[in-house]
Amino acid sequence: MSAAVTTKTKEPFLRIAKREGLNPWKAWGIRGIALICALLLCALFVFALTKLNPLDVYSSMAKGAFGTTRRIWITLQDTAILLCVALGLAPAFKMKFWNIGGEGQILVGGITTAACMIYLGDLLPLWLNIIIMVVASSLSGALWGLIPALFKAKWNTNETLFTLMMNYIAIQLTAFFVSKWENPFGSNSVGIINPDTKGGWLPEIGSNRMVSPYVLPVAIVLILTVCMFFYLRNSKHGYEISIVGDSENTARYAGMNVKKIVLRTMLISGGICGIAGFINVAGASHTISTNIAGGRGFTAIIVAWLAKFNAFVMIFVSLLLIFLEKGASQIASDHGLNNEASEIMKGIILFFVLASEFFINYRLIFRKKDKKEA
Amino acid sequence: MNIDSLIQWIQSAIIFGTVIMYGCCGEILTEKSGNLNLGIPGTMYLGGIASLAGAFFYENACTQAGIEPNAILCILIAFVCAFGAGALGGLIFSFLTTTLRANQNVTGLTLTIFGAGIANFFGGSLNKLAGGVGQISISSTSEAFRTTVPFLDKMGSFGKLFFSYGFLAYLAVIIAILMAIFLKRSRAGLNLRAVGENPATADAAGINVTKYKYLSTCIGCGIAGLGGLYYVVDFTKGTWANDGTIETLGWLAVALVIFTTWKPLNAIWGSYLFGMLYWMYLYTGLFGFTLTRSFQPIFKMLPYLATMFVLILTSIRKKKENQPPANLGLPYFREER
Repeated sequence: MSAAVTTKTKEPFLRIAKREGLNPWKAWGIRGIALICALLLCALFVFALTKLNPLDVYSSMAKGAFGTTRRIWITLQDTAILLCVALGLAPAFKMKFWNIGGEGQILVGGITTAACMIYLGDLLPLWLNIIIMVVASSLSGALWGLIPALFKAKWNTNETLFTLMMNYIAIQLTAFFVSKWENPFGSNSVGIINPDTKGGWLPEIGSNRMVSPYVLPVAIVLILTVCMFFYLRNSKHGYEISIVGDSENTARYAGMNVKKIVLRTMLISGGICGIAGFINVAGASHTISTNIAGGRGFTAIIVAWLAKFNAFVMIFVSLLLIFLEKGASQIASDHGLNNEASEIMKGIILFFVLASEFFINYRLIFRKKDKKEA
Repeated sequence: MNIDSLIQWIQSAIIFGTVIMYGCCGEILTEKSGNLNLGIPGTMYLGGIASLAGAFFYENACTQAGIEPNAILCILIAFVCAFGAGALGGLIFSFLTTTLRANQNVTGLTLTIFGAGIANFFGGSLNKLAGGVGQISISSTSEAFRTTVPFLDKMGSFGKLFFSYGFLAYLAVIIAILMAIFLKRSRAGLNLRAVGENPATADAAGINVTKYKYLSTCIGCGIAGLGGLYYVVDFTKGTWANDGTIETLGWLAVALVIFTTWKPLNAIWGSYLFGMLYWMYLYTGLFGFTLTRSFQPIFKMLPYLATMFVLILTSIRKKKENQPPANLGLPYFREER
C-alpha cells in the first residue's frame, strides 16, 4: 500500500492558489454560508448554556428586537446610530487608514451637542439650534479625526494607536464635562437635559407616540447612507480613496496628492461620527455620559468591514448586529444570564466571515488521487 | 512630602504596571514576528476569566468536599488556565491571519470584542451556572498569589516598596529580562526578528515563517493572559467586575509597546511609569495641591497623552533602532512576490 501512495515528485496534499475575479454574487454567497455557519455555532453555544431549543431562542430574540411597535422603532433607531458610525468609518477604512477612534469622535460630537442643548436650548428657536448642533458636532468630530490624520500625513505616525489614545482622552474629557454639568449636584451624571422644555431635542414626527421620536434619527441616517453610497462609488473622491487604499504608491504615481486625500477623508470620517454623537444625544438619549458611544466605534468597524464598505449592505449588517444585541438582552432577561452573550455572537460571526474571505480570495487545490489507488 | 502616601502611590503603580507589563511583553514577542495583534485586551480578558473560572470551580469543589484548598494547586490551576486561554486566543488570531490571511487589525479587534464578551458573560453568570453560590470570589487563590516573601516584607518602607507583592510581580520582570536576552542573544530570537523584518528573506534563508509566527503569537498571547490572571488575583483581589477596566489596561499595554520602542527592558520601567501616571490623580497632594472632582479626569488623561507624545516623537525622529518591525501588520504569502 505504502509503495502505491508515494509518488516520484512529491506533491503537497493541499495547495493554495490565488483566485482571480470571483463573481461577486458567488462571493456574497460564500459570506452568506459563513454567516449561517456562525449562527449555527451561536445557537449551539446558547443551547449548551440554557438547554433551550435553539429555534425557541432565536424566536425569543426576535421577540426582544421586534416584539412591539416601540421595540421595532427602538431597534431601528439603534441600527441607525450604529449605521451612522459605520458610514463615517467606511471611507477611512477603505483608504486603509485605521480609524479606531470612532468612539472618541462620537463622544466629542456628543459633548458639543450637549453644550448647545444646555446653553442654547431655551434661548434659540429649535431649527436654528439644530443647525448649530449639526455644524458644531460634525466640526468637533472632524477635528478629533483630523489630529491623528495630520500627524499621519506629516510624519507617518501610527494612526491605529493614535486614534485609540484619542478615544481615552475623549472619554476623560466627557467625564470632565459631566461633572461640570452634573444635575442634580453630586449625582455625577447630567440627567435628561431640558426635560420640560425639550429645548434642543430633535423634533418628533407624526402623532403616534410609539413611533414619532424615532423617525427623524432614522431618516437622517438613511439620507446619509444614500449619500455615502454614491460618494464612495461614483465620485472622484471615492475613486481616490479606493486607489490610496489599494496602493499608496500607485496613487502617488498617478499624481494624486495622498496627504490631501488622507486629511480630507478623515475630516469626513470624523465629521460623520460626530453627527452620530449628535443624533445619539439630541435624538435618542437626551443626556451625555461616558457611555454614550458604548463600543459603537468598534462595532461599526465590523459593520463597515463585513459590508465591504458598501453603504447599502451596511444597513443589513448593522440591523443584524443590533438584532443580536436586543435579542441577547431578551434571552438574558428571560433566562437570567447576562446580556454580554451578544458580544460573543458578534465575535463568532466576524471570525467566520473573516475566515470566509480566504475562500473568496484563494482556491484550494487538493492533490490528485493516485491512479493505482483508484 | 508625605512618605507613606508616596510609598502607597508606588505600590499601586507597581501592581498596575505588572498587569500591563505582561500584556506588553506578550505583544512585543508577537509583534516581533510581524503580527500586529490588537486582540491583547481580549486575550487578557480570556486569561483573567479562565483563571477565575478554574480557581472558582476548584475552590468550590473543595468547599463542597469540606477540605481546605491547597495553595500550590490553586496557583497551578489558575496559572495554567490563564496561559492556556491566552494562548488559545493567540491560536485563533494566528489561524485567521497567518493561515487564512485575514486582515490583522480587524481580526485583532474582533478578538478583543470576543474576549470581552466571553469574559463579561461568564464573569456575570459563572455564579448562576455553578448553582447560585453568591458572589464569585476566589479568596484562597488570591491569597496564595499574594503571599509575599516572609520577613522581607516587614523591613519598613524598604520592604513595603520591594517585597510586598506576590510572585507574579517579580515573574513579570524576569519574563521581560529573559525576553530581552532571547530576542538579542539567541538564534531563535534572531530568526524571529528576521521574520518580522522581512519574511520573504527569512523564508529564503530556510526559516519556517509560519511556525515562528504561530509560536510567537501563541506564547505572546499566553503571557498576555498572565496579565489577566494578575489582574484578577491581585488588582481586583479575586473578584470580577464587568466595568471594562481590564480592557483599558489591555489597550495601555498595546500603547506601552510603542512607548518601549519594542524593547522588553524598557517595558519594566515604562509600565511602572504608566502606573504612576494612571494613579497620579489620587496623589496630587504630594505636589501640594488637591484636585476637585471635576479635574480628576484631566489628570486621568496623562498616560494616554504620554503615549501619544512618544508615538509622535518616535515617528518624527525616525531613529533606526526605534522603529517597529518593518513588516508589522502585513500578511505574508509566499507566492505573492
